[in-house]
Amino acid sequence: MASPQTLFDKIWQSHVVDVQDDGTTILYIDRHLLHEVLSPQAFEGLRLAGRQVRRRDATLAVADHNVPTTDRRQGIEDPESRLQVETLSINCREFDVPIFDMLDPRQGIVHVIGPEQGFTLPGTTVVCCDSHTATHGAFGALAFGIGTSEGEHVLATQTLRTSKPKNMRVLVDDPLPPGCTGKDLILAIIGRMGTAGGTGHIVEYVGRAFRDLSMEGRMTVSNMTIEAGARAGLVAPDDKTFDYLKGRPMAPQGVQWDAAVAYWRTLKSDDGAVYDREVRIDAGDIAPQVTWGTSPEDVVPITGAVPDPQDAPTEAKRTAMRRSLDYMGLTPGTPMTDVAIDNVFIGSCTNSRIEDLRAAADILRGRRVAAHVDAMVSPGSSIIKQQAEAEGLDQVFIAAGFQWRESGCSMCLGMNPDRVAPGKRCASTSNRNFEGRQGRDARTHLVSPAMAAAAAVTGRLTDVRQLAR
Amino acid sequence: MEKFTILSGIAAPMDMMNIDTDQIIPKLHLRTIKRTGLGKVVFDELRFNTDGSEKPDFVLNREPYRRASILVAGDNFGCGSSREHAPWALLDFGIRCIIATSFADIFYNNCFKNCMLPVTVGKDDWRLLLNDAADSDNPRLMVDLEALTITRPGGDQIAFEIDGFRRDCLLKGLDDIGLTLQRADKIDAFEAAQSEQQPWLYTSAVQ
Repeated sequence: MASPQTLFDKIWQSHVVDVQDDGTTILYIDRHLLHEVLSPQAFEGLRLAGRQVRRRDATLAVADHNVPTTDRRQGIEDPESRLQVETLSINCREFDVPIFDMLDPRQGIVHVIGPEQGFTLPGTTVVCCDSHTATHGAFGALAFGIGTSEGEHVLATQTLRTSKPKNMRVLVDDPLPPGCTGKDLILAIIGRMGTAGGTGHIVEYVGRAFRDLSMEGRMTVSNMTIEAGARAGLVAPDDKTFDYLKGRPMAPQGVQWDAAVAYWRTLKSDDGAVYDREVRIDAGDIAPQVTWGTSPEDVVPITGAVPDPQDAPTEAKRTAMRRSLDYMGLTPGTPMTDVAIDNVFIGSCTNSRIEDLRAAADILRGRRVAAHVDAMVSPGSSIIKQQAEAEGLDQVFIAAGFQWRESGCSMCLGMNPDRVAPGKRCASTSNRNFEGRQGRDARTHLVSPAMAAAAAVTGRLTDVRQLAR
Repeated sequence: MEKFTILSGIAAPMDMMNIDTDQIIPKLHLRTIKRTGLGKVVFDELRFNTDGSEKPDFVLNREPYRRASILVAGDNFGCGSSREHAPWALLDFGIRCIIATSFADIFYNNCFKNCMLPVTVGKDDWRLLLNDAADSDNPRLMVDLEALTITRPGGDQIAFEIDGFRRDCLLKGLDDIGLTLQRADKIDAFEAAQSEQQPWLYTSAVQ
């Protein structure tokens, strides 16, 4: 009998085109997503070498990073942003690649629209020149970010040259406590593993805590796998996965759907399969999480305080912490709930899906954003925006004092005009609290959508459980 | 592609861990459709004040490090975004080799696509090299990819390891797309088999 395999082993093995003597693998890529920021140089490379896109039917492009979240019919004001978005359209036309442009009703953040359209499917390999490609692993797809040159390689050959990463299992076998979401779970995991803890590995998330999550929650978890250093996260597909995908425009239909589901049901790790590493976390210990520093690993429960560099184990870590605290303008020992905020951002490929908007709206209903807080929400796609409006969520946000915007990457990284001003402090549902990420000298605290809504209402970081109804 | 064989040059010390790609090249500079010209803004917010003046403490603003071609940096260099603008910007500044105790995966891969060499060394060796680089009188290191050694200013050598295929590509300056296209028959065969086993991957994606 064949030796037991992990889910990762199965997907990897089914995509090997060739293995060279030195172990380098040519790996087949089933799905290639593109956005305007990290693709222009890949198309330029093809053009210079006179090469074509091998499989346009397996490639999908969308403009998301530079697009304004205000009225788009006015076009893009910034000339560089405009050129980048126009260049994507020109490249896609020239190479005959399908594209959702800025005004397409299906436009949205690349990692939101892939699953939404059924372009992302279980058991596939998915790449995009974007590190948050890890999101698609929620569907049991091996999905990872690549560089632009690698993107050019995929466009030309539909393959990547790579070597097999190691496999890690993150096991959380008990249910999440009330008030905790996929975001709190993944932040707690990153806090435990460290921002380089998963380097060189693919992470499979196993256990009840992940099974209980909706597809939206699983996407949030998988999305931030890269913040723990691992390029891809995986959740074995189950009925929730299939229910989510059924009937999506690019998902298989009819008899093909039945055949696909039969195959997808085989996509799970065998009993006794061996992982290179294992991390086990007790979900019972998790409280809503918030970051205090400038790396996603700088995380504490909302019930905690700003940590003291003196308590760090190494001098390098003490130095890094002092630098972070200086940037963040925080003093060790300050309770996190004493930290006042200026901005709230609900959006990004991490937390902008319908469930995220519903969770935030539940907190906001009948409440008002604190007078000094500037709050905005940018739905993950135009389709989600429409759905939220049909449910009346837009009215809840607007009544509370939020700005209700169009979809895009927006204030997660501020390539469009949505930025946090220097020295201002933002409770954000995005994925990175790096120096300068949301704007030069901007200070970011990563939280779940409900936590962001709670912070908007009180004007400071807040334990959402105190506002829950 | 250009070749990488031996690089002898000034090494700049950057004793910071988790230097992320947002720090190496902030997002506003991603709005380019070219690979070149980013050297003048590499490490923008660490290197320049908001009025555009230089921050005198930043290592690449000091002599002799303005001419650095090697960077000795802390753990987990290049974490965060997959932007290849990070290696492009370093390269455009003149840096072709980064020495660190560890690298983030995507950044590491991106280097090889641009004829740049990321070298991973152990903590003790790293400390020696960081101190060598910090000696502004003679911060010169020689990185030899053929011999897999780093020669310190005093002549001592430190050995390093690297994946054979990647080494070969750098030494010969190979175009890996061209190499892969030589296996087009195998890709054809793979697609023929997969389209029988999982036809939905060939019929139901983007129409």
